[in-house]
Amino acid sequence: MSGARQSALATLRGQIERIETAEVVHQQDRVALGHNEVDGVLKGGLARAAIHEVFCEGRQGAAGTGFVMGLAGRVSAQRPLLWVRQDFSEIETGALSMSGLAELGLDPRRVVMVRAADVESALRTSADALACDALGAVVLELWGDVRQFDLVASRKLTLAAQGSGVTGLLLRMAAQPLPSTAETRWMLRAAHSPPGSASMPAAPWSAWGAPRFDAELLRNRHGPCGRWIMEWNCDECQFSEPSTYSQPVAAAPAHRPDPAVPWQRRTA
Amino acid sequence: MGTGSREENASKQRNEPSIVVLKDNNALVIHALDDAASRLGLHIGQPLANARAMCPDLRVFDADVVADAKTLSDIADWCDRFTPLVALDSPHGLFLDITGCAHLFGGEAALLQTLVRALARQGFAVSAAIAGTSVCARTLTRQATGIIVADGGEAEAISSFPVSALGAGEAITTGLRRAGLKTIGDVASRNASEITARFGARFSTLLAHALGQGDAPINPRKPLPDYIVEKRFAEPIATDTMIAMTLSRLADTLIASMEKQGKGARRLEAAFFRTDGVVRAIMVETGRPVTRSAVIDRLFRERLDALADPLDPGFGFDMVRLSASRTEIVVQEQRDLDAHVHDNDELAALIDRIAARIGGKRVVVHLPQDTHIPESAVLAAPAQHHLTAAMQAEWPARVESEPPLRPLRLFDKPEPIKVPFATVPDGPPHQFTWRRALHAVVRVEGPERIAMEWWRQDGKQLTRDYFRIEDAEGLRFWIFRDGLYEGEVFDADGSPASPGWYVHGLFA
Repeated sequence: MSGARQSALATLRGQIERIETAEVVHQQDRVALGHNEVDGVLKGGLARAAIHEVFCEGRQGAAGTGFVMGLAGRVSAQRPLLWVRQDFSEIETGALSMSGLAELGLDPRRVVMVRAADVESALRTSADALACDALGAVVLELWGDVRQFDLVASRKLTLAAQGSGVTGLLLRMAAQPLPSTAETRWMLRAAHSPPGSASMPAAPWSAWGAPRFDAELLRNRHGPCGRWIMEWNCDECQFSEPSTYSQPVAAAPAHRPDPAVPWQRRTA
Repeated sequence: MGTGSREENASKQRNEPSIVVLKDNNALVIHALDDAASRLGLHIGQPLANARAMCPDLRVFDADVVADAKTLSDIADWCDRFTPLVALDSPHGLFLDITGCAHLFGGEAALLQTLVRALARQGFAVSAAIAGTSVCARTLTRQATGIIVADGGEAEAISSFPVSALGAGEAITTGLRRAGLKTIGDVASRNASEITARFGARFSTLLAHALGQGDAPINPRKPLPDYIVEKRFAEPIATDTMIAMTLSRLADTLIASMEKQGKGARRLEAAFFRTDGVVRAIMVETGRPVTRSAVIDRLFRERLDALADPLDPGFGFDMVRLSASRTEIVVQEQRDLDAHVHDNDELAALIDRIAARIGGKRVVVHLPQDTHIPESAVLAAPAQHHLTAAMQAEWPARVESEPPLRPLRLFDKPEPIKVPFATVPDGPPHQFTWRRALHAVVRVEGPERIAMEWWRQDGKQLTRDYFRIEDAEGLRFWIFRDGLYEGEVFDADGSPASPGWYVHGLFA
């Protein structure tokens, strides 16, 4: 009797061990974000084949979106990106704009958008998509505290991501962090544009520069947490340390390109 | 070809004369009547007052033309089991083109018997006939039921019928009777030119068709699918496993027959025929031609799982049909060497699955449009049909080393904001209220003037001046003034008014 129990326990322990080692093996694959301190804390970069959560307040929705887009651009490596969203969040913070995406230096051609009517179908669609290894990343955008997204749902997504090697990014707007199986969890706020130097203080009319994020790493399964100002470099498509000046000293002329000149093909 | 006519079920049991009345020119007239009523000498088209005078204890029902049409269409759905070519002959007739189908049911006579019996069991009075032309068959059903006319025997079969069986209209029928032409044979014996001169070319065409000389084309309700496979059950099936198994077997057969001709399915329809006559059709579409039965199987499983009103087997389905209503020639690609092809296939399959579950319009890709107006610069198109186009689209290039000029999140409809009056004309606001929160403007870039497309019909809108704004918290907005400060916006009296302000998007 007790022998049988012992062996059952040993089998379970073995299974758990196998699951956990599998996780570790998968998470060797990491992508550097470009911000040295962050990459150091993340042991080389953002893990692929895992779930990452990005939280933000409702009115900071655009900052959260920008950060998630940056992460997706880093991890997806020229592969298609599936963006799953609820109908409701489009009313709250606006629709994801492809022109804006192109302005961030990312490629709108690779984005397939799923307009899910409710949370259940959004969750189910993302779990399906995470199992498809043709994708680079799956973004699930949820608005508000969602009862349906519990530990079980989160575990399902993680397993699907581990199986296929696709990275799952959760954009949770106006939501409180709850226990989940995510690899990292971020809290995002928009950061001010640089104030300018002493010799040339920023006037209210001076331009603001690249997108800047005040990113707080709330949870990191394999390292310490922290809080940094991260800037998204639209030209190089990576994050970087905040620059002192918002723009190059000699600004590029801000007129439209001459329509007679054929559009330059972006190299991306 | 058969004609079903509606009858009140209740009256049959009581044997009381009953009629259905319809309001016609402000008078209630008889629309339909049962045998008992017709034995009393009542006829269709008679005013209700006259009928009541002849027979005071009539049971009268109001006609419901819409419900009649619905019933006829349901019967037509059910008739799909005999042939894919079923046409409506309103108000209460159906044409079935059974060319090449009769042998599946044991010959024409057996088919006719099966059809009439099944409909009679449902409580319908049916009059059905089979003939070489649709008009001849219709003429036959007006007089008798169960007649089968062989090719070439049309003229002989209907020659003894009264002219009213032709259904040419009251005026012509009366005219023929007055001319002493009582039967169709009498009319046919006259010279065709005489008939045309007296009753018009239309009637003589009708007569020719009825006599088997040429035929009027019927207008089938659904286009003929390219491939059909079906399975009938002696014992109706009702369990989900059986249904799934049947579908996957049908998919195998369908794929096998399409493969021979190098085709793949783009649109598939599964029709479930219930024993009580209800038919449910479920459709799935794919972005690329499907050539594997496992894919069809999975798509239908997704679709059936996600149905808002699930498939109700009732007492079971006695037939399941799978048809490919749109097919395409499949271009074979080498899969093993080219990982890119594999990826695109996988993505297309994923999109098909999601579309089957939540609807094709909910999975979209984006195509750039050649316009400066921000809200119409991008077109969202169904991913199933436009995936390749979107992957190859050319987006306007970004200006190097510039901060983003367009917001990452764009509102469908710009949201109005409150801007205090005291601002520099033509300049940006110092503060504004959006969604009941006050935002103090710290940094501004702009304006970027976007003029509307005056060359379009609906382009006569106001010029917009867009500003990129950062507030004290670091939030970044894209706001615009709708209209120039002077000369574009006027109030009701025609004097210049101050233009409105809107927030159109949010920058990262």
